[in-house]
Amino acid sequence: MTEVLVVVEASQAAGVKKVTLEMLTIARDLGEVSAVVFGDAGELTAKLAEYGAQKIYHASGDDIDGYLVAPKATAVAELVKRVQPAAVLLASTQEGKEIAGRLAVKLDNGLLTDAVEVAADGTATQVVFAGSAIVKSKVTRGLPIVTVRPNSVTPAPAPATPAVEQLTVAVTDADKLTKVVERVAEQKGSRPELTEASIVVSGGRGVGNADNFKLVEEMADLLGGAVGASRAAVDSGYYPHQFQVGQTGKTVSPQLYVALGISGAIQHRAGMQTSKTIVAVNKDPEAPIFELADFGVVGDLFKVVPQADEEIRKRK
Amino acid sequence: MNIVVLVKQVPDSGAERTLSASDNTVERGSANNVINEMDEYAIEEALKIKEAHGGEVTVLTMGPERAAESIRKALSMGPDKAVHVQDDALHGSCAVATSKVLAAALGTLNADLIICGAESTDGRVQVMPHMLAERLGIAALTGARKLTVDGSQLTAERQTDEGYEVVTAATPAVVSVWDTINEPRYPSFKGIMAAKKKPVQSLSLADLGVPADEVGHAGATSAVVEFAKRPPRSAGTKVTDEGNGGAQLVEFLATEKFV
Ligand SMILES: Cc1cc2nc3c(=O)[nH]c(=O)nc-3n(C[C@H](O)[C@H](O)[C@H](O)COP(=O)(O)OP(=O)(O)OC[C@H]3O[C@@H](n4cnc5c(N)ncnc54)[C@H](O)[C@@H]3O)c2cc1C
Ligand SMILES: Cc1cc2nc3c(=O)[nH]c(=O)nc-3n(C[C@H](O)[C@H](O)[C@H](O)COP(=O)(O)OP(=O)(O)OC[C@H]3O[C@@H](n4cnc5c(N)ncnc54)[C@H](O)[C@@H]3O)c2cc1C
Repeated sequence: MTEVLVVVEASQAAGVKKVTLEMLTIARDLGEVSAVVFGDAGELTAKLAEYGAQKIYHASGDDIDGYLVAPKATAVAELVKRVQPAAVLLASTQEGKEIAGRLAVKLDNGLLTDAVEVAADGTATQVVFAGSAIVKSKVTRGLPIVTVRPNSVTPAPAPATPAVEQLTVAVTDADKLTKVVERVAEQKGSRPELTEASIVVSGGRGVGNADNFKLVEEMADLLGGAVGASRAAVDSGYYPHQFQVGQTGKTVSPQLYVALGISGAIQHRAGMQTSKTIVAVNKDPEAPIFELADFGVVGDLFKVVPQADEEIRKRK
Repeated sequence: MNIVVLVKQVPDSGAERTLSASDNTVERGSANNVINEMDEYAIEEALKIKEAHGGEVTVLTMGPERAAESIRKALSMGPDKAVHVQDDALHGSCAVATSKVLAAALGTLNADLIICGAESTDGRVQVMPHMLAERLGIAALTGARKLTVDGSQLTAERQTDEGYEVVTAATPAVVSVWDTINEPRYPSFKGIMAAKKKPVQSLSLADLGVPADEVGHAGATSAVVEFAKRPPRSAGTKVTDEGNGGAQLVEFLATEKFV
């Protein structure tokens, strides 16, 4: 069977990201799964094996870590030319998309971004325009290079015993033009990552100030979820930008999305419309968020949320 | 410093958007078309750098005839001139082809610094800066929330999921920006009047030496094979808090097995 390359996304803190397990799950329908790992592979191998990697290509070193994205694209391009895979899957994250973009140019090949489904023939399903339309697309030149959106499928284990191959990558001078001089981890506690969380609790302008965001965090922690924010909340300085949900922020697709003091503007919906279940608390009965909420409470979030928290504690 | 800002015209993200039934491309004819919001931040950053270090700012757009409106709007913020790549053959271009055309146009402009938005609000493909850097063989600093220029040395702070990275490169380079980088200025009346007289050069594919069959529908590397509206979500239960709204909420979460 032909190989399918899955470019692994992992983080220092959390190891293999959930989206990687999703990609491994999808890849099994497309061919024999090979994972491509950059950086420290040791810890990751067991997880990749558990989810069906038959082979692990591993590349590390200063030439790869020390520069922005380009060396990784070179490594994947070399691998594609050598093993002629049926497809390449990458995560729909900033880095995943950037590698994909360079790869597409290097190979003069099509690419599809933000897929929520990939069929056995490589046809990708994309949700576009603020979640209002579904598109099926195909790469018509070259092999399918597809980036997969987190929370698209349920990862399923399929244990394998992967062979590990060390890659030596011929990194060019052009790949070394942008140096990474510092990587700073900003504190985030033990909450799950926003785009991968199965529960997201978001606060909007209605939360009122940065201090009050504790209320949002408290509910998120009780539910084991991540915290998100509307753009108005971010612009007002209530919460950092990397937690913004929407058109110009993150796209989330959790099992449960809780919107607190968020009106539900079309650009906010763009980032959360495909959530499985949506719950909202807003004091304005006409707020558009209620048009898509499975359960809505018209009321003051400063009364409703503490009572709900109390109730969740009781049930634990 | 010679700066080129990439500006794309997109349908307003605050209104309903759709694909045209005939060929599955974005319906732009009936849409209210605006400057891609992130590109306004790119223009602002370019103007700030020019104000601090001198130089010239050129707006580069690839798009149909009506993209000229967005070019004028961009110029009214303060850039010096614009280049508009337009050609009927471009209709239906994928990201790979778009990057080929923009790279060819950039080849005629001799830029030290190319600034663009981190992503467009219509395609949201988020690949253009790296594609251009790859084609031009220059550096890419992407997703900047802060940019410092020191002679020919560029330093950007780039937002990541874990925190941020600091990246550096020498010009020439492509930089893409998020909306956290600055606050775009509003065009002044004087700016709007001045924009009417600023030069806009129109370039065709032939001018750029890009074969027509390598772009548009003919040269697309991917194709939309099916398009369907998602059924709108329907509203569920709505209760008014009369002292037990929080409890009712958790009752719902419990039936859905979230608590
Ligand atoms: C190009 C573009 C891109 C954009 N991208 C994004 C994006 O990525 N993400 C995003 O979120 N927005 C985005 N926006 C902005 C968007 O249009 C809205 O302005 C924004 O979502 C509003 O945020 P909000 O709902 O928190 O604030 P508001 O619209 O001000 O709503 C606050 C809500 O809180 C309610 N409220 C107030 N007090 C209470 C209380 N005590 N209890 C309960 N409810 C209360 C109010 O009734 C109101 O409905 C974008 C806009 C543009 C033009
Ligand atoms: C819903 C939808 C989905 C799409 N999916 C895909 C896909 O999966 N694969 C694919 O190959 N194409 C796709 N396209 C087509 C793609 O959006 C266009 O080819 C587009 O011109 C380039 O991608 P982008 O705007 O998304 O680029 P991005 O990389 O998101 O744009 C970043 C920046 O590049 C600059 N820029 C982009 N285009 C232009 C331009 N024409 N003129 C000047 N500056 C510009 C702007 O500064 C912009 O902020 C899609 C289009 C739509 C509407």
